[in-house]
Amino acid sequence: MKKLINTPESVLADALAGIDAAHPELKVDHVNRVIYRAEPTRAGKVALISGGGSGHEPLHGGFVGFGMLDAACAGEVFTSPTPDQMQEATKVADSGAGVLHIVKNYTGDVMNFEMAAEMAEAETGVKVASIVVNDDVAVQDSLFTAGRRGVGLTVLLEKIVGAAAEEGQDLAAVTALAHRVNDSGRSMGMALTSCTVPAAGKPTFDLPDDMMEIGVGIHGEPGRHREKLADAASIAKQLVDPILSDMDFTGSPAIVMMNGMGGTPQIELYIMYNEVAKLLEAAGVQVVRNLVGDYITSLDMAGCSVTILKADEEMLKLWDAPVNTAGLRWGV
Amino acid sequence: MSTSTISLDHVVAWLARFRELVTEQQSYLTELDSAIGDADHGANMVRGMNAVVEKVGAAPATAADELLKSVGMTLVTSVGGAAGPLYGTLFLRMGVSAGPVAELDGAAFGAALRAGLDGVVARGKAEAGDKTMFDAINPALDAWDAAVAGGADIAAAASAALAAAEKGRDSTEPLVARKGRASYLGERSTGHLDPGATSSTLLFQALADTVTS
Repeated sequence: MKKLINTPESVLADALAGIDAAHPELKVDHVNRVIYRAEPTRAGKVALISGGGSGHEPLHGGFVGFGMLDAACAGEVFTSPTPDQMQEATKVADSGAGVLHIVKNYTGDVMNFEMAAEMAEAETGVKVASIVVNDDVAVQDSLFTAGRRGVGLTVLLEKIVGAAAEEGQDLAAVTALAHRVNDSGRSMGMALTSCTVPAAGKPTFDLPDDMMEIGVGIHGEPGRHREKLADAASIAKQLVDPILSDMDFTGSPAIVMMNGMGGTPQIELYIMYNEVAKLLEAAGVQVVRNLVGDYITSLDMAGCSVTILKADEEMLKLWDAPVNTAGLRWGV
Repeated sequence: MSTSTISLDHVVAWLARFRELVTEQQSYLTELDSAIGDADHGANMVRGMNAVVEKVGAAPATAADELLKSVGMTLVTSVGGAAGPLYGTLFLRMGVSAGPVAELDGAAFGAALRAGLDGVVARGKAEAGDKTMFDAINPALDAWDAAVAGGADIAAAASAALAAAEKGRDSTEPLVARKGRASYLGERSTGHLDPGATSSTLLFQALADTVTS
């Protein structure tokens, strides 16, 4: 394992210290491992809190700031944070207008956030709503599984719902919008190499040099299948087809994200974006906004994912609204 | 030693023994979890039980509810992942059911465990045959209840519960996982014991060791 770390045990603490040092506009609680905006939540504004295992940066800490999240709880690498962290974040970020928990659909994350919501409501009476994001079409048989995983759509949802909260929409409206976004987007990912969790010291899965994993999760979970490495155009088709066969994206504008898994250079992401855009055009999907880059990563995994969101007029307007975070910034 | 009640000392000894067992079996639990999960169950359980034993040792409790709830909260805040909320809820609900008493008879202890399991089910939404800790704990509690109803003492009930837990644990091997990260593997999850059912069986092993020694 070759990594820019001090020790495997101190990865999270050292990374949080770095975020603290680099971003005076953020406030880091090193004990509870929560990243807040430096300014307290404006009175009357619904607070948005997310969190999850670390290793997906910039998600979620990189999306704390004006127009997106109010707080992000950081767990150990690929391990859900615990309810006491989330409860603390909920208490601190609440301005009295209530809190929305944005949770990616993994068994541990869902249960820990549920407990946090119950504990926070019982202790301080803060109103907590939650949205469980589940957009990964690689998980097919959702009746007999923990359900589709939460992946790339989380980024788009945090942006759009964050803008709605910033605008002053109340908890019910913000929550309803979050459900609408979740119902309108899908993702699919692939890996060229495994990631290596620092504490494990070796790659999470073995993938021979000439093979790729189609449908991989952001923690190196197995995908739909493995096959021989192919060119960008064929890989793009393997990502786009399952998304388009899961949901109809025609007849409405779409926001598309070509996301890097952490170990893939930008030049390759642009090659992939081009292939994806061609396929979507041929399929009659009208792409009106896009993101190309590393937004929800899997440590050092090489690979990418595609997220497509069928956006209505309100979502587009909120997408274009100003945002000022470490990971996403425009209009300011 | 034959006993007809479970005292707070028994509970503390039970937790300490459970810590020993998960520590001894840490790499085995991790191995089971790397086959169908994310390879952290051994380390997570050891971290949680170390925290529990430290917490329980620091401030001796005078009532079962206080003790069990503190165990539950410690697990919830130190374990993370899925095991934290599930084991945490088990003990939290046990505490609520047990109430402010200094000892529990077989029926009351069984009722507390059952309340704990109901909490686990409410939290994790698992059913029999989903390849989870439920598949070990539920038969163990049925066996406990039957033994107690038949007039068995605590040691005999614990030994019946352990045998049923082991059988339930072993029954998870051919199953297809329907909950948690293992469920993403579908058919590929068969042929492996469930790590949660395995660590839950150690809970009953620890109980049997405690009340018979």
